[in-house]
Amino acid sequence: MAEKIKNTHHEPLFHIVKRDDMPQWQAWLIRIVTILVGFLLVGFLSMAITEKSLGDTYEIMFSGVFGRLFQGSTTMLWKYLQEIAILLCLALALTPAFKMKFWNCGAEGQALMGGLASIFCMIEFGEKLPYSTLIVVIAVTSILTGAIWGVIPAIFKALFNTNETLFTLMMNYIATQIIAYYVYIEGGGSNVINPVSYGNFPSVGNNDYFVNIVTVAVITVLMYIYLKYSKQGYEISVVGESQNTARYVGINVKKVIIRTMLISGALCGVTGMLLVAGKDHSINTNLVGGQGFTAILMSWLGQFNPFIMVVMTAIVVFLRLGVAKVADTSFLNSSFSEIIVGIVILMLVGCEFFIHYSIKFRHNKKEVKA
Amino acid sequence: MKKFRKVLALCLALVLVVGCFAACGEKTPDDKPDDAVAVKVGFIFLHDEQSTYDKNFMDAAKAACKEMGVEYAQKTQIPESKDCYDAAVELVEVDGCNIIFADSFGHESFLIDAAKKYPDVQFCHATGTQAHTAGVPNFHNAFASIYQGRYLAGVAAGLKLNEMIDAGKITADKAKMGYVGAFTFAEVMSGYTSFYLGAKSVCPTVTMDVKFTGSWYDEQLEKEAAQALIAGGCVLISQHADSMGAPTACENVGVPNVSYNGSTVAACPNTFIVSSRIDWTPYFKYMIECVQKGEAIAADWTGTIETGSVVLTDINEKAAAAGTAEKIADVKAKLLDGSINVFDTANFTVKGEKLTTYMADVDTDANFEKDTEAIENGVFYESKHRSAPYFDVEIDGITLLDRNYG
Repeated sequence: MAEKIKNTHHEPLFHIVKRDDMPQWQAWLIRIVTILVGFLLVGFLSMAITEKSLGDTYEIMFSGVFGRLFQGSTTMLWKYLQEIAILLCLALALTPAFKMKFWNCGAEGQALMGGLASIFCMIEFGEKLPYSTLIVVIAVTSILTGAIWGVIPAIFKALFNTNETLFTLMMNYIATQIIAYYVYIEGGGSNVINPVSYGNFPSVGNNDYFVNIVTVAVITVLMYIYLKYSKQGYEISVVGESQNTARYVGINVKKVIIRTMLISGALCGVTGMLLVAGKDHSINTNLVGGQGFTAILMSWLGQFNPFIMVVMTAIVVFLRLGVAKVADTSFLNSSFSEIIVGIVILMLVGCEFFIHYSIKFRHNKKEVKA
Repeated sequence: MKKFRKVLALCLALVLVVGCFAACGEKTPDDKPDDAVAVKVGFIFLHDEQSTYDKNFMDAAKAACKEMGVEYAQKTQIPESKDCYDAAVELVEVDGCNIIFADSFGHESFLIDAAKKYPDVQFCHATGTQAHTAGVPNFHNAFASIYQGRYLAGVAAGLKLNEMIDAGKITADKAKMGYVGAFTFAEVMSGYTSFYLGAKSVCPTVTMDVKFTGSWYDEQLEKEAAQALIAGGCVLISQHADSMGAPTACENVGVPNVSYNGSTVAACPNTFIVSSRIDWTPYFKYMIECVQKGEAIAADWTGTIETGSVVLTDINEKAAAAGTAEKIADVKAKLLDGSINVFDTANFTVKGEKLTTYMADVDTDANFEKDTEAIENGVFYESKHRSAPYFDVEIDGITLLDRNYG
């Protein structure tokens, strides 16, 4: 019996091998085809459920994102860019941490704390400070608060090697509760803070979101330069590849971890500020609305490259707004859009798997090695 | 590999085909708009029909628009942020709506901003407080005197307690009810107090414990709160929160339940007594009619039993005490002719004393100033100075086991 087992070398039906040989153009071809297939699938699924024609479905999706753009109304376009900006800013914030293999799952909380600093300054100093000073104070405090919220888990990671995934996640819950308590104090029993008219970002050309969008555009370029061309960006890559190598070449790993999380948290703080001072002028626990977690996906799908992230967030936000419009037009519930967007994101993640790995099937049954 | 592809393709094709057939079953007739009247309503909902709160609005929206023969569009899952303003802009500019309605308290300020941007479009908002002072002519608030419905439901609860006392199941001094509330706000406080007063009007020895969950929808918390109340000696439960948590907890142990937002008899056949709810259909019809006729919509509209806005579901004879329907009809008539006032100060005390004056915070301001005398001729007039509730007095006989302000 024992001998029999010994002699039968069992090859599995298939096994997975990593591949590094796929040329860039081929990888991109796969991605583009996946996105196109994804959009077709969205169209067909919507068509099947809503009983509208394929053309109508895409038209509704378009109207949900761009509105009456062709009739000359750009209101919805700006809203679309704003949604991209927020998700992108969070993804950008997470990227340096992820590149360092520090799993920052706390973008939600860090952004909430940044937002809290903004609304606090708007309420407390709104009447006392001149507008330009107020904006500076808002920016500085929001960035600092976000950075502090991000650096706490980093310090623990650097000094005690705590698990940063759990730590940052827990910090989200603390931030949410702090916001809830603040809203209770300021809202006076009605769990709503009415919009504050001080310290709002200016409208440019009748457009409320211009400042937000430009800010994030600038951050995108700066982040690209920082990661690709700066010494600190290089250190992040080395620490991410191997902490031992980093130590060997004389990089202070603890310092890099703490510095990078300061940056990550600060950018989340900026997002919170953009949401409060540049959009809502108020705050509640739903300020970020789970986008801190979607941003994790965006950062990965963008392969830590800020410009690819722009494309990925644009696609995901387009789907989210467009499919929501399809659902609302056909009086379907919101699960519909969540499922559809989920399927497409899954396809995108899946295609990365096939780009980086290949599946080898068992070739020949007879060829059993003795 | 090829075979794998074939199987995959087949599976996908199957999914699509099955999807097509599944979809064919739910064909809905197109509601064509009346060509003569150019009204299109845009609804903004906080969640979707998975929340009983929003479902109540969505059902009314559908019914009212169908009855009036007007088209409507909706945006679901709109948070209480600038997203509400953006949703209103979309409904006006893309969908061409000329009445916009939003259903959540926190939507209000953002809706006012939208109202200022589109002076020709009418904006209506449920549960809000600012319209009567905001000075924006095309912005309107609405609510209903749901405390009347709660009072009637309370009468049914009191009768049930009397039945238990008569049957010897409990003694009169053990007649304690439990109430699961969401937040310690006027909206909830006004509700449970009227419920308690309704019960007290037929069962004078009744007392009540209240627990708050801190959420409008949290099935687990609501269930646990109800269980804790039952463990604490409450023999009847009611709730002001939107999940099935409390009704289910009651059904599991056979404790009678007075529900809210709609009947829960299907899930709780042995314990459901009756439920009160706001029917928004009359208000939706009113606002559509106003726009059709070119009349102004009231800045602050309060629905009542009379307008059909405050309704009770069918009574579950299996759980309710005998004669409940007759008694409710009787009390309802008295509420209508004004011989009973829910918050009559003769019927309750605060710290052992009769309430003679109470300043309520009716007008919205940053400091929550108590600005309006609510008691006239010995009656606390709820929903008179504005549609949204402002009764937030803690009266004797009701014990707040905890507080939760969100």
